[in-house]
Amino acid sequence: MIKNLTALLKYRQLIQSMVARELKARYRGSVLGFFWSFINPLLLLLIYTFVFSIVLPSRAPDLEPYALFMFCGILPWTWFASSLLESSNVLIAGGNLIKKVLFPAEVLPIVSVVANMVHFFLGLPILAIFLIYYQHPPGFLDLLWFPVVVAVQLVFTLGLALIVSSLTVHFRDFKDILSNLVTFWFFATPIIYPMQMAVDRGGKLFLDLNPMTHLMVSYQEILFYPGDFGHWKWLLALGVASVGLFFLGYFMFDRLRDTFAEEV
Amino acid sequence: MNVIDVVDVTKTYRKYARRKQFATLKSAILSGTLVGDLKPDETFNALKGVSFSVPQGCTFGIVGRNGSGKSTALKLVAGITKPTTGSVTVQGRISALIELGAGFHPEISGRENVFINGIMLGLSKREITRRFDEIVEFAELENFIDAPVKTYSSGMYMRLGFAVAIHVDPDVLLIDEVLAVGDEAFTHKCLDKFAEFRRRGKTVLLVTHSLNLVERFCDEALWLNDGRMRATGDPRRVVSAYITDVEKQEERHMAAADARSAAALSEAAIASEAVATPKPGGGNVPEGEGGPPDMFQATEGRWGSREGEITDVQLVGEDGEPAHVFACGERVEIRMTLRAARALSDFVVGIGIFNLEGVCAFGTNTNIEELKGDRLQGEGTVSFFVDGLDLVAGTYKLDVALHKLDGYPYDYHRLLYGFRVKSRTQDAGIYRPRHRWGFGGGVSFKERIGS
Repeated sequence: MIKNLTALLKYRQLIQSMVARELKARYRGSVLGFFWSFINPLLLLLIYTFVFSIVLPSRAPDLEPYALFMFCGILPWTWFASSLLESSNVLIAGGNLIKKVLFPAEVLPIVSVVANMVHFFLGLPILAIFLIYYQHPPGFLDLLWFPVVVAVQLVFTLGLALIVSSLTVHFRDFKDILSNLVTFWFFATPIIYPMQMAVDRGGKLFLDLNPMTHLMVSYQEILFYPGDFGHWKWLLALGVASVGLFFLGYFMFDRLRDTFAEEV
Repeated sequence: MNVIDVVDVTKTYRKYARRKQFATLKSAILSGTLVGDLKPDETFNALKGVSFSVPQGCTFGIVGRNGSGKSTALKLVAGITKPTTGSVTVQGRISALIELGAGFHPEISGRENVFINGIMLGLSKREITRRFDEIVEFAELENFIDAPVKTYSSGMYMRLGFAVAIHVDPDVLLIDEVLAVGDEAFTHKCLDKFAEFRRRGKTVLLVTHSLNLVERFCDEALWLNDGRMRATGDPRRVVSAYITDVEKQEERHMAAADARSAAALSEAAIASEAVATPKPGGGNVPEGEGGPPDMFQATEGRWGSREGEITDVQLVGEDGEPAHVFACGERVEIRMTLRAARALSDFVVGIGIFNLEGVCAFGTNTNIEELKGDRLQGEGTVSFFVDGLDLVAGTYKLDVALHKLDGYPYDYHRLLYGFRVKSRTQDAGIYRPRHRWGFGGGVSFKERIGS
């Protein structure tokens, strides 16, 4: 396993070029091409603005503008959710590579996580523009934490993606369970509602047990809420747990690796 | 030094029973058979105790019928699958031509695909840049390299895949039946490339159905049958043993086909007798059940009044044994057993040989060849001796007939007997005259490698 992990470093170039290919291929043939990476989150934000300022005006004054609050959570959540859903299919879709070419299979889920991370990054300028537009600038010290949150989410997502991708090879219907699971997880995480609301109604323990809570709350505290970033203890604990999860996922993937060529 | 060492390898695949195929996580958990279901209950051994080793610089061929485990062996050497028991060791960089262009993404250009495919096969970006022009030139795609791969024809796709794989500069090259990727010219270019590999002392493992290629190109060959090693060593010896076995197999198949049509016939005969009884010896009724006795209407069947009968037809080869597969040019006897309850004097025996498209290769009868029927009573045999079966390789069908001089059929067997002619050359047409080539003056030829 350790040997394979160090080999993974050698595949940097492969991962890099496959991510580039993934991004290029995604918008190939569309008129606006790469701009969709900006336009998609922009449209999403406009829809939320419309819904929450006109259709369903929010009543919590500290959450104004509500669309911006939601956007801080939805952007990273999209990265997380699409990574998981894509990696559930990635080994089966890439079956040709696994069966016909000597190919390090773990590259495939890693590529889908990293490609979605790039999309997440491309959405950040839109977020920045609206933070400035609403005169809601995050604190400079808070922003130093931002790369840390991203890093923790990356490791956490990679670990889960490895588990999900190797499981779906053996249980195809895991894919369908997963999409429902992700939807449930979305509502079980304080993204479209503030953490405080759940705490007031006694759901704190439940939310604390959800690792995504700490990532989302971190994003919200850094980008949206005024004041210092107070959630860093949780974040670092999650970081340590994520590294553990990554090794667990990699171990599992490595154990099942030899079965892939026969099962996909 | 051995570059490839395969020691006592067995590869077991899991056979999917219907129940397993639809096994799901939910049902696995609910029935508590999660662990059990992951274990194979019905298995299939693709390879059984196979061992071979390939020394440095050797070109090693694997032959065998479909499903004999050739590709599995290649995948094991490539490291794509792991052996169930036994061990496989390979030294040096491997490039496997198992499926060409397996990693191509249809939406992006050939140029980008060359880079990504090259990286997948283990090259660095710099190495690809250096070889890029060579790759494109080899694939003959200079004008299309910037077009998306989805617009390529399948030949272009394969050529590009082949070009990338071959420029990886491997120490060990594994080839699985991929030489059929282009036109003649491209195939020759590939063969030249392999020859270059050999010269440079690289090791090649070749899985192919082109026995010619194995004989001319390989230093050693292995014949796999049903996952087991049948023969290994000198390619000519291995290939000829393999061919003999294939012929035996075909012989059995054609014998079985003949037995089936014979069985169908005897049933039909019983049925037609039942119809024919009201008009015993009705000479003016040409027994319409089998359709009109038109020589060139290619339907199978048997018809006739049966006053005289052909009860058995055998093809006998040079060794005196009935057979269905013959070598081109072999001496063959068509042996018919005739029977007539009442004596006949107006009768003609004819034969016709047709190819599968229904073209008559040869047809004659005793009347054409100026023999007049004299007496047919009881049982007797008629043999038609062919001194040399000079037909091009292929499957042929045989007509035999017993009829009156005016064409009234006693017993007509239409395309009921099949036989096959084997040849190592792939000439065109039907007739293969005995021939040779001669050259003189400034014309000379040399032997060509490959098919």
